[in-house]
Amino acid sequence: MSGTAIEITDLRKSFGANEVLRGIDLDVRAGEVVCVIGPSGSGKSTLLRCVNLLEEPSSGTVRVAGVEVTDPEVDIDAVRRRIGMVFQSFNLFPHLTALGNVTIAQRKVLRRGKAEAERTAREVLERVGLSDKLASYPARLSGGQQQRVAIARSLAMGPEVMLFDEPTSALDPELVGDVLGVMRELAEDGMTMLVVTHEMSFAREVADRVVFMDDGVVVEEGPPSQVIDAPRHDRTRAFLSRVLDPAAARVPGKGSLGTST
Amino acid sequence: MTTGEVAAPHRGLSPRRRRRLFLGLQYVLFVAIVLAVVLLADWPQLRANFASWDVAEQLFPDILTVGLRNTALYTGLGFVFGLAAGLVLALMRLSPAAPYRWFATAYIEVFRGLPLLLIFIFVSVGVPLAFPGSNVPGGVAGQAGLALGLAAAAYMAETIRAGIEAVPRGQLEAARSLGMSYGRAMRSIIIPQAFRIIIPPLTNQLVLLCKDSSLVLFLGVTLEQRELTKFGRDLAGQQGNTTPIIVAGICYLLLTVPLSLLARRLEVRRRREGR
Repeated sequence: MSGTAIEITDLRKSFGANEVLRGIDLDVRAGEVVCVIGPSGSGKSTLLRCVNLLEEPSSGTVRVAGVEVTDPEVDIDAVRRRIGMVFQSFNLFPHLTALGNVTIAQRKVLRRGKAEAERTAREVLERVGLSDKLASYPARLSGGQQQRVAIARSLAMGPEVMLFDEPTSALDPELVGDVLGVMRELAEDGMTMLVVTHEMSFAREVADRVVFMDDGVVVEEGPPSQVIDAPRHDRTRAFLSRVLDPAAARVPGKGSLGTST
Repeated sequence: MTTGEVAAPHRGLSPRRRRRLFLGLQYVLFVAIVLAVVLLADWPQLRANFASWDVAEQLFPDILTVGLRNTALYTGLGFVFGLAAGLVLALMRLSPAAPYRWFATAYIEVFRGLPLLLIFIFVSVGVPLAFPGSNVPGGVAGQAGLALGLAAAAYMAETIRAGIEAVPRGQLEAARSLGMSYGRAMRSIIIPQAFRIIIPPLTNQLVLLCKDSSLVLFLGVTLEQRELTKFGRDLAGQQGNTTPIIVAGICYLLLTVPLSLLARRLEVRRRREGR
């Protein structure tokens, strides 16, 4: 499949008087990996949630794989089947085992038989390195394992596009690598991915394109070598210096550090 | 501040000693009251009236095959009907359609505010008047189930709603992201989790219903339809002896104590699972 997987045109979203997205235009080609970076409150997560309509856009259009998601006539459940979504807080179903988490939507939504759903589930769980955790409940899994089950749960539906909303932000640092490893493999296999993340090394290595958002607009976009390593805008530069070297930050408005003690 | 101030001798007793003395007095008072009740009671009289083996023996097996069975039957019917209606009311209260919410809120307020006895009278008298020629299916058992269920539904609706609201929002979002409709997500993901949360309060509701089923005697029941309380009262009257009341009471405890223990165990298990 080639062409445009996600097509966002003049997307706006307000919560009351607070305009969170102020006219976003963004295209993601099929097979492309796009990382969205930016300070918290910049609208990155809202942008992602507008793509599968967890948030209803105030105006503008979103097309995924040729279907206009924002069209009121569209069967949103059918569209969402083709869009995988991975959340910061995993959101695994705690009353189901890993296998149950990965099979339930296949069975209830895609109407697959038990045997077929379980075969698919085993495949995707093996892909994320969890063949030995089929019978485990989420409470018995580490954060990294839970997030990988969540990725498997989305993959089992055979999505054309995967959305990741800060997938490693809730993880202990030593578990981040496992999840990023799975995402890297997905990218190598040609999955179309839109990833909101703070992991600059992941963005630099895996992303085809990096989008920097601030205050509800796209400030700068381009290949990682440009946006991350040689940003053109001051806002991008200020954000990156804070993310890449947090220890260097000063307490805002306090002047030089030498005067204290 | 110096330590000398803190350690300075109190006038009279130190607070710790005063507290110990107070606790000691409490125990003495408690034991004195229990002893007084035990000693002042007329035991031979009590035994003859409340624990007569001869009278108790005559109650079996009918008190089990009729009384206990009917109590369990009425309670079960009331619980099932109350649970179904309570679930519908809970979903109405959470509905985006305002009229549903109004109806559910009004229902809950009305039926929580009415004495159960009035609801029983309403079902036995009001329903035949409102729908002439119609009878509640199932006779007395159906009427009892309906009356108990109408009241229980109001309480259970609030419990179930709290359970549904206790399921994190991300669960619905995850389910919808996988392409589930709202109804499907509710049925497969949200409600199963909500019920795990509310099993202990629902079990308590069952215990309450079990006791409230005694109000069936106001429906006018035949000999075969008597539940424990009516059964005990009738036989106590016939025999001129209160033993049947005691035996009926023990039969209630046979139902309610295991249920309470079960509720407590489920609660402990849930807390251990950390959800």
